[in-house]
Amino acid sequence: MVETHGGPTVAEQAVIWRRLVGARIRADWQYRTSFITFMVSQFVAGFLDIVAIVILFSNVDRLAGWSVAEVALLYGTSNLSFALSDVFVSEAEFAAHHIRAGSFDRFLLRPVGPLLLLCGQEFALRRAGKVVQSVLVLAVALTQVPVDWDLPKAAMVVTMVAVGFVIFGGLWVLTSSIAFWAVEAREVANSVTYGGNFVTHYPLEIFSGWLRRLVTVVPLAFVSYQPTLWVLGRRDPHGSPAWFAFAGPLVALATVLVARAVWFSGIRHYRSTGS
Amino acid sequence: MGLIELDGVERDFVVHRRVGRVRRHRDVVRAVDGVSFTVEAGEMVGYIGPNGAGKSTTIKMLTGILVPTAGSVRVAGLDPQRSRTELAMRIGVVFGQRNQLWWDLPLRDSFELLRHMYRVPADLHRRRLAEFVELLDLGSFLDTPVRQLSLGQKMRGEITAALLHGPSILYLDEPTIGLDVVSKSRAREFLARVNRELGVTVVLTTHDLSDVERLCSRLMVIDHGRVVYDGTVDDLKARHGQYRTLVVDLEGPAEPLVVDGAEVVRVDGPRQWLRFHRDRTTAAQLIAAIASTTAVVDLTIEEPLIEDVIAGVYVGGAPDRT
Repeated sequence: MVETHGGPTVAEQAVIWRRLVGARIRADWQYRTSFITFMVSQFVAGFLDIVAIVILFSNVDRLAGWSVAEVALLYGTSNLSFALSDVFVSEAEFAAHHIRAGSFDRFLLRPVGPLLLLCGQEFALRRAGKVVQSVLVLAVALTQVPVDWDLPKAAMVVTMVAVGFVIFGGLWVLTSSIAFWAVEAREVANSVTYGGNFVTHYPLEIFSGWLRRLVTVVPLAFVSYQPTLWVLGRRDPHGSPAWFAFAGPLVALATVLVARAVWFSGIRHYRSTGS
Repeated sequence: MGLIELDGVERDFVVHRRVGRVRRHRDVVRAVDGVSFTVEAGEMVGYIGPNGAGKSTTIKMLTGILVPTAGSVRVAGLDPQRSRTELAMRIGVVFGQRNQLWWDLPLRDSFELLRHMYRVPADLHRRRLAEFVELLDLGSFLDTPVRQLSLGQKMRGEITAALLHGPSILYLDEPTIGLDVVSKSRAREFLARVNRELGVTVVLTTHDLSDVERLCSRLMVIDHGRVVYDGTVDDLKARHGQYRTLVVDLEGPAEPLVVDGAEVVRVDGPRQWLRFHRDRTTAAQLIAAIASTTAVVDLTIEEPLIEDVIAGVYVGGAPDRT
């Protein structure tokens, strides 16, 4: 049951997405008080993470050998990745809502992929508050860490944010796909995405062995921990191979392929079982 | 070859039923049970049946949302199962109880979004929209947010949204549900024109049989997942609705009339209802017979209600395919 392609090109899909997002923002803007309140609250709530880190460091100088600036670099990059995925991909989660409400059918009646429609239609600019906050933290961290910046290192920072975005995006799609089989699985899904985001804020050394191994498979370790080790000139105290720092793009690609396969199989399941 | 072809289509659903505290029993329910029919281009077909008869399931299989368990479906030469997105360009769907318009935006914006989704060239879109605005009189509320529109206005918007990409088939699921009499007749008039003037093939499911009576040349009745009638509305009435009723107003209350070929089914003061089989006697004979013995003030003849006729088909249940 492979879908034949009479569908839109990538450029056309980009136009459709942009239009959907534009419509959504215009619609949300009609309720601007709640829009602005939410955006500000996201921005502020994000800083609570930072407060937690700062409080931690007011009691200890170093966390598993990491200084506060170094943790901030880790936090800034991973949180930026997550915030971007939250803005652009987390809408996939609404699949569960639409399946339960019976409105998912509507997405299947369009000549465009349902994931693109979901991500466009449920787009929430208010989630961007977290992006702004992450960029601020990252900017400060970049100037404070003891690193001699050169082109490869700068490129690595950019790459790891992009790779992290793709990995988190893949996880959003992957976990949202669960809804095709079990509509009530949102909590499980969120523990992977939001929980995963939390884990990536800290050096993995501080976590216990099983969690460390889990995030290497899941593959949150590649979001920013491994590349950050390389940027900071650190070795993984648990001896993961050095090439792990450069494996990000491949891991991201693999995540996307798996997420894509699971999503499509979810849609096939939906069409063969009904809701 | 027909535009829509179904051959021996079956669709099962698995239903879990709880037995005891945790154990679940797995039941297979057959929602559509061997449906075959062909719809030619340009037809306007009413697809009716009681709740749970399999109407929506059939429509979902025709659009590619749902895959049949067995049998084959072809729509516009495509297999909806394989070519869902391609088929999407050629069909329009209106679900009476579901909204496809952007709630907080004006109709115009929804239409513009759909234009991009269906890749309709701007000038063609403008031309079509102008046509619909005139036909459905949308001009006065094109720029009002959808949430502020009346149900009738919304429905006109929905129908337009389903047609702007120029589909050759339009599926309507309960399109007139909740509409007042005026909006209803407007929507019907428009659908008739869409079918006649644009040549769009229309498949309509409804509970409001007057929709079917006014609009559809062909009627399919589905019950328990099977097509139990497929033919014209008139034919159905002729076959299952042979009884008509003569209502007479006498000068005053009287004993039930005794007339050959008819029986009194109801008496209300001076008014009496006489049911007769239209093949056995004619209304004229009946009137003559009554008038020869009793003074009649007024009279009317009631045609069988299509609701009653169809209820008869459900109860009869015998597959009656033509």
